[in-house]
Amino acid sequence: MTDAPAIHIRDLVVGFGRKTILDHLDLDVRDGEILGLVGASGGGKSVLMRTLVGLLPKRSGEIAFAADASSAGVRGWGILFQQGALFSALTARQNIQLPLREKANLSPQLLDEIADAKLEMVGLSRDDGNKLPSELSGGMTKRVALARALALDPALLFLDEPTSGLDPIAAGEFDALIRTLHRTLRFTVFMVTHDLNSLQAVCDRVAALADGRIAAIGSLSSVLASDHPWVKAYFHGARAQMLGLGR
Amino acid sequence: MSNVPTLQVSAADPHAFDAGGAWNLANVEALERLCERAAGTGVKSIDLRRVTALDTIGAWLLERTARGNVARPAQTAITGVDGPHGDLMRQVQRLNRGGSAQPSPVNPVLQKLDQIGSGGQRLMSDAAAFLHMFGAFSAALLGALRHPRSFRLTSTVYQLGRVGWQAVPIMVLITFLIGAIIAQQGIFHFRRFGAESYVVDMVGILVLREIGVLIVAIMVAGRSGSAYTAEIGAMKMREEIDALSTMGLDPVAVLILPRILALIVALPILAFLGSLAALYGGGLVAWLYGGMSPAIFIARLHEAVSVTHFEVGIIKAPFMALVIGLVAAAQGLSVKGSAESLGQQTTSSVVKSIFLVIVLDGLFAVFFASIGM
Repeated sequence: MTDAPAIHIRDLVVGFGRKTILDHLDLDVRDGEILGLVGASGGGKSVLMRTLVGLLPKRSGEIAFAADASSAGVRGWGILFQQGALFSALTARQNIQLPLREKANLSPQLLDEIADAKLEMVGLSRDDGNKLPSELSGGMTKRVALARALALDPALLFLDEPTSGLDPIAAGEFDALIRTLHRTLRFTVFMVTHDLNSLQAVCDRVAALADGRIAAIGSLSSVLASDHPWVKAYFHGARAQMLGLGR
Repeated sequence: MSNVPTLQVSAADPHAFDAGGAWNLANVEALERLCERAAGTGVKSIDLRRVTALDTIGAWLLERTARGNVARPAQTAITGVDGPHGDLMRQVQRLNRGGSAQPSPVNPVLQKLDQIGSGGQRLMSDAAAFLHMFGAFSAALLGALRHPRSFRLTSTVYQLGRVGWQAVPIMVLITFLIGAIIAQQGIFHFRRFGAESYVVDMVGILVLREIGVLIVAIMVAGRSGSAYTAEIGAMKMREEIDALSTMGLDPVAVLILPRILALIVALPILAFLGSLAALYGGGLVAWLYGGMSPAIFIARLHEAVSVTHFEVGIIKAPFMALVIGLVAAAQGLSVKGSAESLGQQTTSSVVKSIFLVIVLDGLFAVFFASIGM
């Protein structure tokens, strides 16, 4: 692990028309950490992620990636979209093989073996690989999408609400899966989430996005201690109290 | 240490190997070759101490090579994995332990027969879906007649605007051109035996009886039938149809009845306008190219065609509209989850409705001939 941040963001401004969503935002994602980003619905979390991966244009500011983590880098990045975004005409196995097929020259046998290995790594069986996305349940779709995001062993993994739409048991399993894969495959994770359990179980650091800026960042306990009114409302609300997060 | 991947026989034992360099995706072609070569000589152990980089693909290739010695699986071992790559190597060792999922080879003759059989089955189920749609449409129509207030007039008028009013310019343009082309060809060939004036009979009868309505029906199938299939298919994919039925609304009455009724109203009007445009195109060519004055053209047309010809053409229009609408709706409702299936159903909707329109036209020709119209 080097000291250079995996993602370095300075003075980032993003907006649509007259509306400014991200207003001079600064953020460093450290190499090898799992960073959880929380924020109000419509507050710009997904906008930040989509800007980082180049799906949205920025108005001004600077975004820099560590050498091996940029899309052109050796390892590149992988993205888990909220709805999975699996290619509906391809089977689960073909979905996982697509990045491998495009970026590297593998023999067909190795391609199948790697896809099966990835399926097993995310806790699916080989038979699941033959299913079409329309035949997969919500949790399985997320797992296949994660396997596809991990197909090239990326240095940086973007997760957009990885546990949304999953029941608490499946969400807990998915959190544990991300933890395990993070330990073995050693990537940096940038995770947008609303799931307070995930923040507790998975994230090394938490960043709170409010009013277009990072209002608080640090370990979960230091963010909990923040005086920012939105952060207070978020973590000290009834739902957070129920989980024993607030005071 | 160099990043070039290596897999060398160690000095002490010809079956012990030392791996080194970067075992990752960037070098995968070289890695596959190295592993194949090593597997041929029989591998007893692989030492990973000099590996500088390792990812899932590299780890799996090492694991596969180590496992490859089927006769003595217990005797191969991977050593030197205590470093940073240990976690990954240990995880990969657990993977792909189940038997291979290779499908057994299939007899090509049986496969061909299977294809033919399932093709026939598909044809039958398509026919059943069409009949089912016809039944559901008739039931919805009866329901609307019994309870006129449940009929969706606004929706029908909106659809009528889309498939009727908005289609007028393109239909008129195309039928105008078709009429002009028929007249030009007729004049060109009839001129040789001095029968130029009969071009008016040909254009008039052909356009009013067959071409006018047929061209318009084919255009409507391509323009509006495909749009219906894509709309209904997209609604099916996003579970909007299911949402309607769970609210106690009949999707056929809400979505399909207004669309098909709009087509049934619009197609005769379009066919009428199209026939006018084709006659106009034919007359214009007869005047400019054949030198027949408009007054003579109209007088000859008056003698050549009767209302019967017009009736024969226009009676077919609503039936063709019904077929186009039913095929479009049935295909739309059989869309499955994928984007590919939506495209497939839209294509087959257009192909099938054009085919059925032409078949129907043939049946009508036989029918009208037998009743002497």
